Amino acid sequence: MPYGRSSIFKYGLSLDQLAVRAGQIPRPGPQIGPFKRSEPDLAAPHDLLPLAEKFQSWKNLADQSCLDQPVPRQIESKLEQLKTIGRELAMGSHGGFGQSKEFLELVKSIGESRSKSEEDRIILREIETLKRRIVEPDIPKRKMKEYIIRLVYVEMLGHDASFGYIQAVKMTHDDSLLLKRTGYLAVTLFLNEDHDLIILIVNTIQKDLKSDNYLVVCAALGAVCRLINEETIPAVLPQVVELLGHQKEAVRKKAVMALHRFYQKSPSTVSHLISNFRKKLCDSDPGVMGATLCPLFDLVTVDVKSYKDLVVSFVSILKQVVERRLPKSYDYHQMPAPFIQIKLLKILGLLGNGDKHASEQMYTVLGDLMRKCDASTNIGNAILYECICCISSIYPNPKLLEAAAEVISKFLKSDNHNLKYMGIDALGRLIKLSPDAAEQHQLAVIDCLEDPDDTLKRKTFELLQKMTKSSNVEVIVDRMIDYMISINDFHYKTEIASRCVELAEQFAPSNHWFILTMNKVFEHAGDLVNIKVAHNLMRLIAEGFGEDDDTADSQLRSSAVESYLRIVTEPKLPSAFLQVICWVLGEYGTADGKYSASYITGKLCDIAEAYSSDETVKAYAITALMKIYAIEIAAGRRLDILPECQTLIEELAASHSTDLQQRAYELQAVVGLDARAIESAMPSDASCEDIEIDVTLPFLDSFVQQSLHNGDQPYIPEDERSRAIDISNFSNQGHRESSTHGLKFEAYEMPKLPVPSHPPPPVSHVSTELVSIPEPSYSRETQFSPTNPPVPSSDAELKLRLDGVQKKWGKPTYPSTSSSSSGYSSSPANGASQMESAATSTSTSRPGETYKDLKKAEVEISPEKQKLAASLFGGSTRSEKRISTTTHRASKGGGHSTEKSSVLKPSAASTTKANIPPQPLPDLLDLGEPARLSMVAPLTDPFMQLEGLLDQKESGSSGTCAVTDGSNKEPDIVSLYSDLHMDEQSSQSTLNPLAPSESNSSNLRRTISGGLAQATKGPNLKEALEKDALVRQVGVNPTTQNPNLFKDLLG
Amino acid sequence: MGIRFILMVNKQGQTRLAQYYEYLTLEERRALEGEIVRKCLARTEQQCSFVEHRNYKIVYRRYASLFFLVGVDNEENELAILEFIHLLVETMDQHFGNVCELDIMFHLEKAHFMLEEMVMNGCIVETSKSNILMPIQLMDKTS
Repeated sequence: MPYGRSSIFKYGLSLDQLAVRAGQIPRPGPQIGPFKRSEPDLAAPHDLLPLAEKFQSWKNLADQSCLDQPVPRQIESKLEQLKTIGRELAMGSHGGFGQSKEFLELVKSIGESRSKSEEDRIILREIETLKRRIVEPDIPKRKMKEYIIRLVYVEMLGHDASFGYIQAVKMTHDDSLLLKRTGYLAVTLFLNEDHDLIILIVNTIQKDLKSDNYLVVCAALGAVCRLINEETIPAVLPQVVELLGHQKEAVRKKAVMALHRFYQKSPSTVSHLISNFRKKLCDSDPGVMGATLCPLFDLVTVDVKSYKDLVVSFVSILKQVVERRLPKSYDYHQMPAPFIQIKLLKILGLLGNGDKHASEQMYTVLGDLMRKCDASTNIGNAILYECICCISSIYPNPKLLEAAAEVISKFLKSDNHNLKYMGIDALGRLIKLSPDAAEQHQLAVIDCLEDPDDTLKRKTFELLQKMTKSSNVEVIVDRMIDYMISINDFHYKTEIASRCVELAEQFAPSNHWFILTMNKVFEHAGDLVNIKVAHNLMRLIAEGFGEDDDTADSQLRSSAVESYLRIVTEPKLPSAFLQVICWVLGEYGTADGKYSASYITGKLCDIAEAYSSDETVKAYAITALMKIYAIEIAAGRRLDILPECQTLIEELAASHSTDLQQRAYELQAVVGLDARAIESAMPSDASCEDIEIDVTLPFLDSFVQQSLHNGDQPYIPEDERSRAIDISNFSNQGHRESSTHGLKFEAYEMPKLPVPSHPPPPVSHVSTELVSIPEPSYSRETQFSPTNPPVPSSDAELKLRLDGVQKKWGKPTYPSTSSSSSGYSSSPANGASQMESAATSTSTSRPGETYKDLKKAEVEISPEKQKLAASLFGGSTRSEKRISTTTHRASKGGGHSTEKSSVLKPSAASTTKANIPPQPLPDLLDLGEPARLSMVAPLTDPFMQLEGLLDQKESGSSGTCAVTDGSNKEPDIVSLYSDLHMDEQSSQSTLNPLAPSESNSSNLRRTISGGLAQATKGPNLKEALEKDALVRQVGVNPTTQNPNLFKDLLG
Repeated sequence: MGIRFILMVNKQGQTRLAQYYEYLTLEERRALEGEIVRKCLARTEQQCSFVEHRNYKIVYRRYASLFFLVGVDNEENELAILEFIHLLVETMDQHFGNVCELDIMFHLEKAHFMLEEMVMNGCIVETSKSNILMPIQLMDKTS
């Protein structure tokens, strides 16, 4: 039996090896088995080509004999020794030719370096060496190949190797396949597709695509995928299309992918060739078919409709794959072509989305797949997960949904974090179709939420976001904010902050809560959220929530003012938040009479002083000051300006920023006005009033008339103007005529304002800009206009450059001026759209009848967790929930109930948190597993568990392997893993008595046995071996070692 | 696009193989590799094998001292990528026999060739070990 044999074989190997090494290695020329050879001198391995080859053949011999009939153990071990030696030799000189001592040294020193800085030193030295060597004349080709690999090392380890790029390019011209491919590899690693050197390669690629050697063609097609950019596509396109019909399947496959690449780069260049992908789907070779799925996936993503007819084909392919019609070599862990299955499922998910007819064709095969799929392997679960994605994407089928829910619950109940993660993700997909699906998993979800694993936590937040309703928004957002505060990762902080804002805007149960929540978000992530959010908040405070009466609005405002006055004393607040604070204090600081003007102005001065480097905040602060003073004057109270305010105003009046200066002077002017003037200039609480703007600016008519009368050109509307530019651009391309662009551009910048004196105060900025652009800047006219200087003709290159600029950036600048003109009138509506879109709420149905049965099962769950579950999923506290749903948004009477639940929630959260650290594992108990099990779990070393994870998959396959073993169809895999299985099986059987419960603990046992197998192999023996090996390998006595280098990756 | 990059990095954070399917400058690569490795090394073995980083999702797996990291975009099936890593290691194991870190270091180009066969344009195109290894074996024979 091959299993038994090879297991002993493996152990025999390491023991014997150890003996051999320990006794004989120090002496040169050890005797190895029946073959008598002196240890080759690896110092110059390239001289040893024939010897190395011989060893290689022995190695093959050894490999061969492993597969044949059983051999007495002693011979085996000898053979195995040979194999090892052969391999070590091969390391130095694999493929029959040598790598120089220099290369070995390089790899060795990189391998042994202990720190990045040491590695950097090695590479810097290497760069110096290479710079010298690579320019030497007459370098042998093989040597050059080695240099190029060393260049790859240099780049890989983060240093610039551009000095050698050209050598890599040259190597692609070589006739030898290996050298050519190495050259292509290096080039693809070094250059991006827009690099100047690419042009030198296109020719070579063209030549290689015509080669008789299909491997050369393959190499060239690989390079096509990496190096051809939009401009060079036409150079190779005809050849690539021709190769789609090549007799070798490997070539066809790569040609398909090259075409895919062209499609990705520039769909228009290959739009007429798209049908080829359909044809290649029916290719006789499964590899070509599998590859074709990639472009088809992209195509279907973009345009579902055109591919509905392929549903039948995809379904039938999937069916055939599932029925194991593909060659065995595509199997992976007993699963037929899983990666093809997954791709097919993805495509089917797209095609069936919202299409009942198409979906019905898939139901059968999906059902089969769900039933047949082996859930004990990772790959099986990967397919199951993809099935769920597909099922939740296509037109729903109750049976399939049920099956999907079942799989999800298996995932969630698993101890494996990866499966939990997939389960949470899948649940998030399913929940759109069956909103009650989450209900039965509430505790599992909460466990994931409280898991120390960040990835899992985030995934769970994603799920919660999908489940959010007005009844649970407080708990969810609260949790999110807590989490947001706790993390440092800016990218994710930004994301979660915007999610909080989105949820709060969408589901806020009360204004008060909304403001408090926004305060928290701003306080902790103010710099990360979109400034629009701040504007939204200001608008909300100004307008209140829709139809509410005035008292509610003023309550809202005074609570906002109060909270801001409290927060403002805290150090280092984000700018956006300070802007909101200043604005609100200015508008409503003194509105309810609780705070005096001098108190508020004092606070505003403090802000301006504390954040003196932030001009925007200062601008907001001084405008707020102005508002407060205006209100005071309008109310007829005596104005007394605090000395610090006086200083601030004076300071800003002398500021370098014209904006601040202007604000300061305006303030001084306003303070000098009397009450009546102020009443009309700055009416109180009028921030929501629309300012009427007549965009036709009729008061300028007389001025325009006069100008026209004086011989100026008439105004050309914007759209016509840009069209004129386009045309002139077009026709001028390549002509010297394009000099007009230069003129245009300069004139645009000129600050000659034809209407400097008249503009009305409120829109002064805008109008001046508006008028100033057209008259001088527009080319055609200006040419004729005698007042403008003609373009200096010496500006040739400048003009050229501007041409490019015009293309890329020029256009948007014109619209932007227009938007600034309309911006004033549209700005009040600016945020509204966001609110409106947010208001389209998700479904709010809540069945929750399953809760009772569930409750029985969860007797031992801590009350805190139950509370959290209830507040999230609306479980036991259903009555409360109902109240809060009815008070959604109206919030007048509901203030009480929402208040209540928010009191309950922090306590629940804090207690659960306190609970977690001392007993992290009992959480697993919630899933109803026997207590003993989880008591065993902590004993296993976490490291071992991971190792076990690896073994687990193999053991999954080994189980079935062992059953069908009699036929033994797969010698390859068997020989690969047989030893492993045996270790595992034996250790399992010894462990069995220890295992607490037969049925439930198989997972656990596997991890233990995996760990055990690892332990019995013994790292120490190995390390000793490895050290020796390394010594022999390099032929140098190393000072430090990195034993890990020799560790079997799959061991 | 699916797979955005494939990295092999050892426990000391030293890169052993890097293949990017989108262009990043040298500095960007250096920074990215450093950040990712720090993130992954900080994780315990029970935690799941997926990490979010910037706009990537990273699926990683450890073999002995070597981490295999695959950066994917959001639509990818993480579990499948995890198995893809294993397939890659099995393939290398079949070629090198008891593959170890040093095999990859000495035969960097071969490891790359295998990847080139398996992944194109960021998509998994070939999963049959014999198909993956055939060109490499042929090349060995001829040269």
